[in-house]
Amino acid sequence: MGRLLERLDKVDRRVIYILMAASVIVPLALKLDFPIPIGSGPSMDLYMAIDTLPPGSTVIISFDYDPSTKAELQPMAVALTRHLFGHGVRVIGMAMWPQGASLGQQAMAQAADSLGAEQYEDWVNLGYTVGAGVSLLRMGSSIEAVYPQDRDGVPYDSIPLMRDVRRLGDVDLAISLSAGDPGIHSWVMMAKDTYGVPVGGGCTAVSAPEFYTYLGTGQLVGLLGGLRGAADYETILRERIPGAPGGLATPGMAAQSISHLVIMGFIVIGNVAFIAGRSKRKGGAK
Amino acid sequence: MRLFVPLFMTFICGMIIILQFFVPHRPFSTLGERLTDWYMIVASAAIFLGAVNLLQVHSARIRFRQKNWQYSPVVIGGFLVMMAAGFGWGVADGRPFDWMFQTMVVPMGATMFSLLAFFVASAAFRAFRSSNWRATLLLVSAFIVMLGRVPIGDVIWRLIPGAAASSHPNLVNEIAEWIMQVPNMAGQRAVMIGASLGVVATSLRMIFGIERSYLGGSD
Repeated sequence: MGRLLERLDKVDRRVIYILMAASVIVPLALKLDFPIPIGSGPSMDLYMAIDTLPPGSTVIISFDYDPSTKAELQPMAVALTRHLFGHGVRVIGMAMWPQGASLGQQAMAQAADSLGAEQYEDWVNLGYTVGAGVSLLRMGSSIEAVYPQDRDGVPYDSIPLMRDVRRLGDVDLAISLSAGDPGIHSWVMMAKDTYGVPVGGGCTAVSAPEFYTYLGTGQLVGLLGGLRGAADYETILRERIPGAPGGLATPGMAAQSISHLVIMGFIVIGNVAFIAGRSKRKGGAK
Repeated sequence: MRLFVPLFMTFICGMIIILQFFVPHRPFSTLGERLTDWYMIVASAAIFLGAVNLLQVHSARIRFRQKNWQYSPVVIGGFLVMMAAGFGWGVADGRPFDWMFQTMVVPMGATMFSLLAFFVASAAFRAFRSSNWRATLLLVSAFIVMLGRVPIGDVIWRLIPGAAASSHPNLVNEIAEWIMQVPNMAGQRAVMIGASLGVVATSLRMIFGIERSYLGGSD
């Protein structure tokens, strides 16, 4: 037994890698499905914040991420834009991360195509801006000063959607899909605290804990945390909107479930071996 | 004079930006807007500086055959090709820049981040040890949150006889949410308030010329 524990403690890291890979691939290949419970929580709060907006409202989505976190944040972007277009809300896309503009374009164009939303009438992608929080501060007095044209070079004044949206305060809700800084922090500090615009968020699972403080104070109206947050949102849409298509995050929850179990299994094995080794060392010392 | 001018500029700019928050009227509002416009111009110029720096660093690496120099031609080549595609055909959907972004940059970026799963599993196995009561507390909390953030946690809970019919069929999820909303939030608030006070103190030291390390050099 002692020798087995010793061998387990020194297991080759390649074994861990293979088991991790299997724990992700097998559930996806077998299309395992676990029920996702939806109650009151930050995901539902964000859904309600959007669902209570009157049709014709304007929402800014800031795509503050890059391809490295696409797996977690892109499903949120797709689910949110689908909900917004389906609800008759106009969407302004922008990005404080250079590569976020292209990912945002992909998400918005995909949702717009399936729901018949018109570019420049129902949605627009303003593109990337430098300056993070300072840009948002400037957008508080004039969005055109930061974005004289959209991502494709169309002048601000030629975009019908932007005619009655001159400053950040004209927007009904801002949502930052954030993989780090600049992201939700900047939006809360500038859009919410300075100009009073309600702010919602979506973030990676590792950064979700730090944004719970803003939920507690009401500075965030809702939050999607990691792939689970995206899966929550997709499930709410499926439950509440007849005919809503399945999303990208829900199938990933099975893979994430099994991989969490595998990691926990390794931690347990490591600790059993560690505690057995400690007892042995203590026994030897006596 | 070399010291006075930048310190004076920092003081004036810092004070204008602070005052526009408290006095949102002219002249502070317009001065603040002008300064933010300048900031965005300077930040945009920094992107070009970054590009020049990238070329300089990697050219030198190739010239002097430094360690792992073989990767540098790939970096420079990728940079130049993407730049030429962007300037030549624009960044709209279906253009060469967009095609390279969607088919190369996105999968490679996602792959790099995905590797974390393997490292996290390996590191957790070797380092996450219940060596004292504080580490054990952390370990137990981590287990509950890891199970509560995925649906299988409640599936396992409902395997216990009577759990599914109880008033808390999603107990693991509820406990995980409680950990996030109470102990986690308290800790995060303490960290955030401490960091914010540090930012305020450092900013004031810079505005009043006490902190000068941003100027470079020892003086």
